Amino acid sequence: MNVLSDDSLEIRRDADVVACRQAVRARSVEQGFGLVDQTKIVTAASEIARNTLQYGGGGTVRIQKLADGSKQGLRLVFEDRGPGIADIARAMTDGFTTGSGLGKGLSGTKRLVNEFDLWSKPGEGTRITITRWK
Amino acid sequence: MERIPILRMGRFLLVTVQVDLQDEVVQALQDDLTAKIVRYGARGVLLDISALEMVDSFIGRMIGHLAAMSRILDAHTVVCGMQPAVAITLVELGLSLGFVRTALNVEKGMKLLNEAIANDDPHGLLDAEDDERPL
Ligand SMILES: Nc1ncnc2c1ncn2[C@@H]1O[C@H](COP(=O)(O)OP(=O)(O)O)[C@@H](O)[C@H]1O
Ligand SMILES: [Mg+2]
Repeated sequence: MNVLSDDSLEIRRDADVVACRQAVRARSVEQGFGLVDQTKIVTAASEIARNTLQYGGGGTVRIQKLADGSKQGLRLVFEDRGPGIADIARAMTDGFTTGSGLGKGLSGTKRLVNEFDLWSKPGEGTRITITRWK
Repeated sequence: MERIPILRMGRFLLVTVQVDLQDEVVQALQDDLTAKIVRYGARGVLLDISALEMVDSFIGRMIGHLAAMSRILDAHTVVCGMQPAVAITLVELGLSLGFVRTALNVEKGMKLLNEAIANDDPHGLLDAEDDERPL
């Protein structure tokens, strides 16, 4: 598998969430994603970027364009050094929130992508890696 | 901060949502809209989201809230123009806009609103000319 490009963006403010969505949209178009695939990965990015900001206290996202044989994909790695997630299984449950959201960000994102990986440690932070293939 | 414009069209309010919504702009819309429903005695809200290229759980929640708040203020809400890719994604995300009425475009949305209001008031008593609330 080849990494064709690797960008990094800060997620510190509301406006950065919008910038993240726009960057993910642009990269997914470059990868030849159709409109539905674009919309799915952009929506997933929006969910996780907002979590990074709201719960992780800000962080970064890496956007990687991937090629695997004839397959093209997009991988997003969100990282923060916030409080971490104590009970990951619970956080992944549809409808669970410690804020005022709908609790669908994590569970819904998992459905929108092909690969979903969540690493988190209380006191250290959270890293979420999502990949969507064309 | 920019704000989403709310246009008054007779007894309806038309909200045209732009492309890239920041969360705080979405929040401000709730306040602006409830204020205008009350001020104009609006009976319906048409939320045109045809320019929205994605609806995540935050925006989805806002749409549900708007519809619920409007209902309490005696106004109906119709969401119109949702792009097919957005609708497909919304379902997979696990969001059902359940009780929110949807229409393909503004014109059809307006028709739905008129029907909803007619159902509320089958004898046309509420909207007589001299009953219009002042601006
Ligand atoms: N980056 C993060 N750092 C710490 N906690 C998080 C993070 N992301 C998610 N969480 C926790 O997981 C819960 C579920 O997240 P999510 O499914 O996006 O729902 P919501 O954002 O509506 O609360 C959050 O309420 C929060 O407690
Ligand atoms: Mg969330």
